[in-house]
Amino acid sequence: MRLLVSDLTHRYDDLTVLDGIDLTLAEGEILAVIGPSGCGKSTLLGIAGGIVAPTSGSIRVEGEVPDGCLNPITFIFQDFALLPWRNVEDNIALVLEHHPLSTAERRERIDDGLRRMGLSEFRKALPKQLSGGMRQRVGIARALAVRPAMLLLDEPLSALDAQTRELLMDDFLDLWRREKTTALYVTHNLDEALRLADRVCVLSRRPGRIRELVTIDEPRERRQEPSAQAHLAEVRDRLWHLMKAEAQMADREIARA
Amino acid sequence: MSTLSADPYRTSLRTVADWGLVAIAVLTLAALALPVGALGGAPVGWFGGMMGGTLAPLFLIGVVLAVVAGRSAPKRVWGAWVELGGVALAWLLPLHLLNEGVDLSAGWGLWLFLVAATLLLWRVMGVLAGVPGWTRSVVVPGLFGLGLLVGWEVLVRGFQVPAILLPPPSRIASALAAHAPVLWDDFRQTVLTSVLRGYVMGCGAGFLVAILADRLPFLARGLLPLGNLASAIPVVGIAPIMVMWFGFDWQSKAAVIVVMTFFPMMINTLAGLGNSERIQLDLMRSYGAGYGRTLVKLRLPNALPFLFNGLKINSTLALIGAIVAEFFGTPVVGMGFRISTEVARMNLDIVWATIAVAALTGSGLYGGLALLERATTAWHPSMRRR
Repeated sequence: MRLLVSDLTHRYDDLTVLDGIDLTLAEGEILAVIGPSGCGKSTLLGIAGGIVAPTSGSIRVEGEVPDGCLNPITFIFQDFALLPWRNVEDNIALVLEHHPLSTAERRERIDDGLRRMGLSEFRKALPKQLSGGMRQRVGIARALAVRPAMLLLDEPLSALDAQTRELLMDDFLDLWRREKTTALYVTHNLDEALRLADRVCVLSRRPGRIRELVTIDEPRERRQEPSAQAHLAEVRDRLWHLMKAEAQMADREIARA
Repeated sequence: MSTLSADPYRTSLRTVADWGLVAIAVLTLAALALPVGALGGAPVGWFGGMMGGTLAPLFLIGVVLAVVAGRSAPKRVWGAWVELGGVALAWLLPLHLLNEGVDLSAGWGLWLFLVAATLLLWRVMGVLAGVPGWTRSVVVPGLFGLGLLVGWEVLVRGFQVPAILLPPPSRIASALAAHAPVLWDDFRQTVLTSVLRGYVMGCGAGFLVAILADRLPFLARGLLPLGNLASAIPVVGIAPIMVMWFGFDWQSKAAVIVVMTFFPMMINTLAGLGNSERIQLDLMRSYGAGYGRTLVKLRLPNALPFLFNGLKINSTLALIGAIVAEFFGTPVVGMGFRISTEVARMNLDIVWATIAVAALTGSGLYGGLALLERATTAWHPSMRRR
């Protein structure tokens, strides 16, 4: 599934948060969006997911959806958005309940998600009994259960500690190796962008405009290898250089406000 | 160079001895010097009455033995149970003396002894309150209540308080038994008819209107200030009017209850419906859930703690409303009717029995709702085990 964004602008009352965004997300591509806090990253994601209506500009999706897809554009949230009164499997079942599926098919989708995220033995656990990493795995399993065509990830790892983050990045890589799900990955963490993305979109401070689109040439599978490090360090420097100026300015603006 | 003392953790006199037990022993010794009561105007001492027939020394020995045994028990909790037996024995002494016809009002030795027994109970409860499970959640509050009842009984009978002012619990209990058929009829009229119907109507209406007001914001804006107004309405003002409107039977009581319970339920439901997090609402929207499905699957479950809050507040309000409303006109049955007529006839035993029934009913309703809440909202942070 492709995502085409053209001349997108969004305002909350007098506050312009996104200004003239033009962006194309190719089939199977993973695009990371980075930028200082308050630059409209999450708003962009909300617009792409259809839960925020943009002030002006257009946003379109094209292409085919995979077999059995129930919810083509699917979110993965920063704070997991699990319902605390439902156990793991019922949290996954939540997104299947209003679809006319056979019991067997529903079972199959839930079991598949649990298995892939290594949650099979925790299926009856309540969210409060799970660690942050496990909770986000439930969030991912829930997203996978609808066989999405495009994933919108809103800082999915920023509520987690460093080791858990590494483990979950491996899970994401594994997921994208198997299905070529298009993904828009909002983060403020450069390392996540460098590990996971094909391209990185750097947004300016508010009002968010695209400062630059940086392509990471190194194939994802090889980014952990020593030979790739020189190139990645170069990209990282460039991204950090772009981010730093914007973040400093944004900081001062917040201090003044 | 100084050497370490035998117990490096002993930092003050506090830990040298069990000062609580010392205090209890001192009190008990002081008590022994004073009389336990009077028989025919002559004071009776602890030991003087051996031939006269009081068994006070036996009780004393029993308590001392229990404390000694409790101290030497291998586990502190077992010791506490043994000491509890001692406390029970101590509080049985005044009851025994009363049965022997001893006048306790001047028996300062006995009262001092009972103060010591109460201090011992305090220590026992302190230990038992630290034991997880049923001991902490049921036994300790139960013993506390029982202790209050026994204290009430002994003080009222010991100091010969006139029953018209305050009867002892035993007398209320026998009134409960003697008037059981009348009390049951009152209970049926007031609780099973008026309260239940009014409660269901008031809470149901408050709940439904809250859902409506949540959809139509102008309704919430208009109704919430009225809620404050309604909560300030005095029951005694509204009840006679409702009796005029709806007649003597349960309908007028139900109307009073509806007036009292509607707004608390509505306000709590509205607060509960606003209790869902932004991100949870985004989740529902992103999966294409509409208003109805979001309400049923997300917002109402999230509102449950608030709904129970409203239901619990209203359970006591409804009972009070019905009883007060019966003061202003009722068929010749009902708890409020019983209280108002029997007070006038100075039949205070049955009044107290009715009060006991009302108190038990109120706490029963509240407790039942609390248990239901525990069962349905175990996931909520407020239900975390303390």
